[in-house]
Formats: sequence, structure tokens, C-alpha cells
Amino acid sequence: MSDAAASLPKRRGFRISRRWLPYVLSLPALLACIGILIPFFTAVAYSLQRYRLSQPWAHKWNWGENYWNFLSDSSFWNTLQVSLTYAFLTVGLELMFGLGIALLLQKRTRFNNFVSIMLLMPLMTAPALASLMWKLMTNPGFGILSYFASLIGFEDFRWASDPSTAMLTVVLVDIWVYTPFIMILLLAGLRSLPQQPFEAAALDGVPRLFVFWRITLPMLTPFLLTATLFRVIESIQQFDIIYAMTQGGPGDRLTVFQVEAYLNFFQSTNVGRSAALLMILWAITYVLSSIFIKNWLKLREKQRGEA
Amino acid sequence: MEHTSTLERVLRAIAITLVILFFIFPIFWIVLMSFQTNETILRVPPSIVFEPTLQNYQALITGELDTAAGKLEFDFMSNLFNSFYLSTASVALGLILGIPAAYAFGRLKFRGSEDIAFTLLSFRFAPPLLVLLPLTIYFQKLGLADTYFGLIWVYQLIVLPLILWIVRGYFEDIPADIEYAYRIAGHGFWATFFKIALPLAMPGIAAAGLLAFIFAWNNFIFALVLASADKQPVTVGALAFVTASGIQYGQIAAGIVLSILPTLGLALYAQRYLVEGLSLGAVKG
Repeated sequence: MSDAAASLPKRRGFRISRRWLPYVLSLPALLACIGILIPFFTAVAYSLQRYRLSQPWAHKWNWGENYWNFLSDSSFWNTLQVSLTYAFLTVGLELMFGLGIALLLQKRTRFNNFVSIMLLMPLMTAPALASLMWKLMTNPGFGILSYFASLIGFEDFRWASDPSTAMLTVVLVDIWVYTPFIMILLLAGLRSLPQQPFEAAALDGVPRLFVFWRITLPMLTPFLLTATLFRVIESIQQFDIIYAMTQGGPGDRLTVFQVEAYLNFFQSTNVGRSAALLMILWAITYVLSSIFIKNWLKLREKQRGEA
Repeated sequence: MEHTSTLERVLRAIAITLVILFFIFPIFWIVLMSFQTNETILRVPPSIVFEPTLQNYQALITGELDTAAGKLEFDFMSNLFNSFYLSTASVALGLILGIPAAYAFGRLKFRGSEDIAFTLLSFRFAPPLLVLLPLTIYFQKLGLADTYFGLIWVYQLIVLPLILWIVRGYFEDIPADIEYAYRIAGHGFWATFFKIALPLAMPGIAAAGLLAFIFAWNNFIFALVLASADKQPVTVGALAFVTASGIQYGQIAAGIVLSILPTLGLALYAQRYLVEGLSLGAVKG
């Protein structure tokens, strides 16, 4: 077909330009991104250097020392632990709630559609601003949530400023922002499932709990997997919510990878350590995102095939 | 599911009510706060009965804030302007760069196209600080620090993958035969692209543009690291505002409301496309 178009006499030299056309079309986008690749390699180099902005004279290669030091560095292990805890708690709870809400709203009624649209509002709120909203609501002086807490017996509940409840507070904000994401993904998944197995099960009088475990959940797995991986990748890199709420505090209670790297860079001006931290985070997300992309592509093909 | 018991219906109603309360209440409460003076905000116990006032918004718009320490100049409106400018310009640049590339990836499959498309997609999943921290040093050297252009360029990291993958799906969905028919009728490549492919993919382009705008608007970390004080968008500005204004809670609430209103409005307007866009085309809404 392209030959027919290319052999039209008035377009001489089109054959050549046709070969290069895709490259020409995508070149501007690529050029814009190559500019981004350079800082990436710079970061790799920094992670292998002793580099403190405060001591420019001592800037030199130290190869793996930044990484090697992590082994005996308790604050690194704290960062790893806090990041994993945060990702595990947020994604686990969001999956549970997201699935629950999606099941509640599964039927295509006008009311359910309206509710699912309303629930998009937290997702469209900038996470940093969402954190500020919750900060106002958890203010010990006048915060409505502090008031509610005192009503059920938690006098003087300090939310993010107490080391023992800081994690809970930021996890709560994360749940508020991102549960709708999982909800709408799973809702779209639920509504796209073929109806026959459910009708057959209903005819045979199969108990609904059994239907859920044996039919709904297995058929929903690709969607669950996509949503989970997507969220884990984002959650382990969370910065906005935590930084806007406590800047990593109290103490080092919430110094997840990106917050710790940010503080290392701008406060202790330890560029080498900061870059090494980010490289480790990058390695984790790289592995997760290659699994994710593979799974996501399969789902995309399938959905587009059916559409 | 037809024969549901009364008990189940009651439980469902309770569950939905709780869900709506949890997700909508914070927005509702902040909006209420933004219409209150500090005195009514600080009342114990809190109450939703109060005399609404516009003074918080007034203070934000004029840029003159009353604080305990006297008058404070804080130009929150310029933060709003920066957000509008940065998001609009980033999306415009992203569309100009992204649409031809999306067409190349979606329609003209070429050698290496999948690999390149993946590389672009993988930017979306890399830790942003990894790129941002070295960039602060480069931007100083290149003179891009303290410019809108530098920020707009870096915003392509968020905007481009989104546009590329959504619009690509729409180009793939257009039957190729329509384009071939137009070509055989004697029209050139560009005529076909502008007259056939582009109009047919328009819903996807609009969806991608709106979503990209929302994501650019909501971005925090890029501007926190790279933007100087007078180029800061609302996300970063609001945080600085909290520090500066201290205990003017009504004004903080009003600032938050003004900052989230545009994206909430756009999202409600574009909700049809949100599912598809958020999952980068993996799930059709």
C-alpha cells in the first residue's frame, strides 16, 4: 500500500524520506530527552566520587566507597526500612480499600458513576497540597481530626509531630490521594470482565464469596498486578507528601530515599552519598518497572484487542 | 445479585457513606476554613456554623496579609500565574514534540521504535531527584537556573511520556486504510497527517493535553529543586506561604483552595479520559 503511494510520480525522492520519516518525526522528542540522560550519567559519576559541596578541594573519585559505607551506616538502613514500610503499608491498604470500593460501585448506576467521579477529586489534588490540607486538619490546636481523636479518647494526639504516629499520618494522606487511582483502575477492570461466568455461577446458585475468590479475583489479577506495581514504584519514591508534611521528621522517622537524598544534597551538601542513595533507589525501581512494563504491555494489547 | 437482603443494603449504604465522607470531607472542610476568620477557626469545639467572610481571598488577591507581626507582602497570585504559565507552556511544547513522535511510534513502526518508546516511558518511573540534583549544577553553568525555559524543558519528563503513550494508542486505533485511501487519491504525507490522522486522534490529544496539564500543575519536586523564588508554582509557593504566614490559617486554606480548584475543575471536565490516561492507555474506561 505504501508502494502505491510512493510510486505516485509527483512525489520524487519520497522513498528515501519515507525511510527516515519516523526518525525525523521522533527526533525532537528524543533530543529533549537526551538532555535528561546527561544528568543521569553525571549522577552515576557523582555516586562514585567523594564530593561535598562544602569541600570542593576534596572532590575526587573514591569508586565504590559511598556504597561500601552504606553497609555499616545505620541511617542508610533506616532509610531502606522506612521506604519499604511506607510502600508496603500504603500499597497494601490502598489495594484493600480500592478493591472494596470498586466492588461497591461495580453496578453501572447513575449514583455509582457520580460517586466514582467525586472520588477522583483527591487524586487530582497535588500530593504536596493534600499534605498541607491534612496538616491543617491535624493541627493540635484547632485541627478537626485532632478534635475527633480527642472525642474517642485520644487526648493530645500529635499526628505527624509524634515519632510513633508520624508514619500513620503520612500513610493516611497517601491513602486519601491514591486509593481512588486503584479504585478506578479496578472498577474499569471489573466492568470489562465477561459476564458469562457470573451468570452461570448465579444459575447454579454458587455462594457469592466463592464466586469472588474463584471467578472475580482470578479474572481481575492482571488489573490488580498492574495497579500494584504502578503504585509500588511510585510509593517507594514518595517525596511530596512526606516532605510537605514533616520534611522527613520527626528526627529521621520518615527519611525515605528521596527525602534523605534531598536533605543530603541541600543540607549536608554530601553530593556523593546523595547520588549513591538515588542509584540504589533507581536500581529497585528499574527492576520493578521492567516487570511492570512487560505486564502492562500484555494488558494493553489485550484491552486494545477487545476494544 | 438481584435478591439482596435488607441487611446487606443497609451495610452497603453505610460503607458508601463512609467512603464518601473520608474522601470528600477534607476538601469540604478546607473550603469551609477558607471562608472563616482565624477566631472562628480556633473555636473549640469546631462548628460548621459561622459568618462567612471573603477577607482571606481578598488578602491573597491584593497580596497584603495581616499577620501577628504586622503586614506581610506575599504575592501568591504570581505563584498561580507561574503554575498556569509553566503548565500551559509545558503541555504546548510536549504536544509539539510528542504528537509527531507518537505518530511515528504508533503508525510507522520502524526499527528500534519499541526500544525508544520504552526508554521514553522508563523516564516516568525513574526517581526524579536522580536527574534533578545534577541538573541544579548544570543549570547554574548553562544560565538556565532562574528561567522559565529550563523548568519547561524539565517538565517534559512528566508531560512527554504521558502524551506519547496516550496519543500513540489513538493513532493505532485509526484504521490505516482511511489514510491509505487519502494518500492514493494523490495527497501527500503531510496533507494526510493534518487532514486525516490529526483530526481523528483529536479526542486522544485533548485528553492527553488535559491530563498532562494536571500532572504538570500538581508537580512539586521539580520546581522545589530548580525554581527560584519568583518562578515558583503554587505547590512550592503554598509551602513557603505556610512558613511565611505562620498562623493565618484561613489564608492558608484559601491559598490551598485556589491552588487545587483548576485541576479539580479540569478533572471533572475530562473525567471520561482519566482512566485511560492514568493507566497510560492500558485500561479503557
